[in-house]
Amino acid sequence: MSKVGRRKFLSIATSVTGAVGGIFALTPFVLSFQPSKRAKALGAAIKINIEKIEPGSIVKVIWKGMPVWILHRSEKMLDKIDSSIDELRDPNSELSVQPNFAKNTFRSIKPEYLVVEGVCTHLGCAPIEKFAIAPADMGPDWEGGFFCPCHGSKFDLSGRVFSGVPAPSNLRIPPHHYENETTLIIGENQEEENV
Amino acid sequence: MSSDNKQEVYFSNPILKWVDERFPLSKVLREHATEYYASKNFNIWYIFGVLSTVVLVLMLITGLFLTMNYKPSAAEAFNSVEYIMRSVEYGWLMRYMHSTGASFFFIVLYLHMFRGMLYGSYKNPRELIWLLGMMLYFCLMAEAFLGYILPWGNMSYWAAQVIVNLFGTIPFIGDTLVEWIRGDYYISDITLNRFFALHVIAMPLAILGLVFAHIVALHHIGSNNPDGIEIKDNKDAQGKPIDGVAFHPFHTSKDLVWIIIFLILYFGAVFFAPEMGGLFLEVDNFEPANPLKTPEHIVPSWYFTPYYAILRSIPDPLLGFIALVSAVVCFVFLPWLDKCKVKSIRYRGWQYKVALAIFVISFVSLGYLGMQPSSGIYLILARVFTVLYFSFFLLMPFYTRLEKTKPVPDRVVYKK
Repeated sequence: MSKVGRRKFLSIATSVTGAVGGIFALTPFVLSFQPSKRAKALGAAIKINIEKIEPGSIVKVIWKGMPVWILHRSEKMLDKIDSSIDELRDPNSELSVQPNFAKNTFRSIKPEYLVVEGVCTHLGCAPIEKFAIAPADMGPDWEGGFFCPCHGSKFDLSGRVFSGVPAPSNLRIPPHHYENETTLIIGENQEEENV
Repeated sequence: MSSDNKQEVYFSNPILKWVDERFPLSKVLREHATEYYASKNFNIWYIFGVLSTVVLVLMLITGLFLTMNYKPSAAEAFNSVEYIMRSVEYGWLMRYMHSTGASFFFIVLYLHMFRGMLYGSYKNPRELIWLLGMMLYFCLMAEAFLGYILPWGNMSYWAAQVIVNLFGTIPFIGDTLVEWIRGDYYISDITLNRFFALHVIAMPLAILGLVFAHIVALHHIGSNNPDGIEIKDNKDAQGKPIDGVAFHPFHTSKDLVWIIIFLILYFGAVFFAPEMGGLFLEVDNFEPANPLKTPEHIVPSWYFTPYYAILRSIPDPLLGFIALVSAVVCFVFLPWLDKCKVKSIRYRGWQYKVALAIFVISFVSLGYLGMQPSSGIYLILARVFTVLYFSFFLLMPFYTRLEKTKPVPDRVVYKK
């Protein structure tokens, strides 16, 4: 190899070694931005007793720092669940995020309990519950649901988004399961339901 | 540096060319790298300046990442350090790199200063470089002390107590001054919070500014060398010093090898001995700050122990404090205390060689004695070495005048 060729080879070899070393050196710094063990522990699954939630009422809890709603739907609510189906953007939850077991009309394991993230899929505001039928502010066709105060997105009582509003998809359903009749776990699915 | 025949194209890359027309990029690179000529006979002593820059960068980066999880409050500081060690991803690495880096900074810095004393790097025309270096040394001591307080362990707390109270020995203004430094009637949350601000903003900014000035001044004058002669006195037809080689690529590629060796040693300590048997991280500091209980064996970090030994060897508090400050400040006056015209120890008389050897032995011994109890034989030895330490400086104008120097060569030599 010529002297110049040798020099070029050594320069490139040194640079490549340095670059690889640089990436290795960078790794711990990049990884240290990830959630710490404490953050992970605080983001672990939570347990909620659902015994005392009356039909027609909603309980709001915080999981991973965001609101999660547990809505105990009454018979009346369940009966009307599909009354606005023609106005929904994604009635079958094809474009939305949820565990497989919640990809149904009720978007839940048990039809009477809706467990949903209270985070608008548009820009992350917390929608407000509007359970009254045809109130003055929601118009005569309103059958009950959720309304986002930030940009006016509307969702039905299954958290499904209406067409013609900014939110692109249904409210997300977090992983959850029932430990027993009265205990709800938010944050993890049952093993077999994961599949 | 760029002479008229050097106006050839520096960059072939069009983007760099575009930048160079609008920013003195090639000028800076010429002056500080590719046409900065440093002596070709540099030995290992000339690596510590570069290494201190490497450590500075490591400290800035790991320090930045530590501030992301550290909480500067008396209630949370200790736990937040434990949190960094146990919970934050790679937090232990950031913390150990930072704590080990502090010790390595001083190792490198003391050797860098010793190089200056070996080869007369502080002498005319480099007095200002030396002074800027001394200011860096003082800033770094302050930075190290402030950083030592932040983990809010019991040793942190009592170190802050002792060091801050040193200012209380100053007559008349002492008590007011101590209160002003603490911002409270004791070492408290307020003190910790302001020490944090000084540690992460004030001192680093001062250090960066001084490093910049230190290097600009150095590159203006040119580096010294083991022969202590000016390579600029011997230039070739192009105006390049005959005994110099360009900093880049020649010195940089040699430095790279030493940087890698240094990093191996440094990470050896980080991974296998971050506490270094209590020298780098002290046992008592694994206990939270406790204003009711002074650690039984209170010792500063190893890099301050020589001065601590001097402080303790003097029975009067005010005189002790004056001795401590003088011992640190003495170095500032070296360019004027040293009356010998010859720079390098290679060509100096036996007087300076003996004096320097005694000084090094005194400094290291005081460092050891500063970690021992201050009583009995230890106290006597500390007093002896304190006298020797100051004699090195105070007697320097006399013994350096008596030196019989050897003839200094015109050109640098490789072996001696």
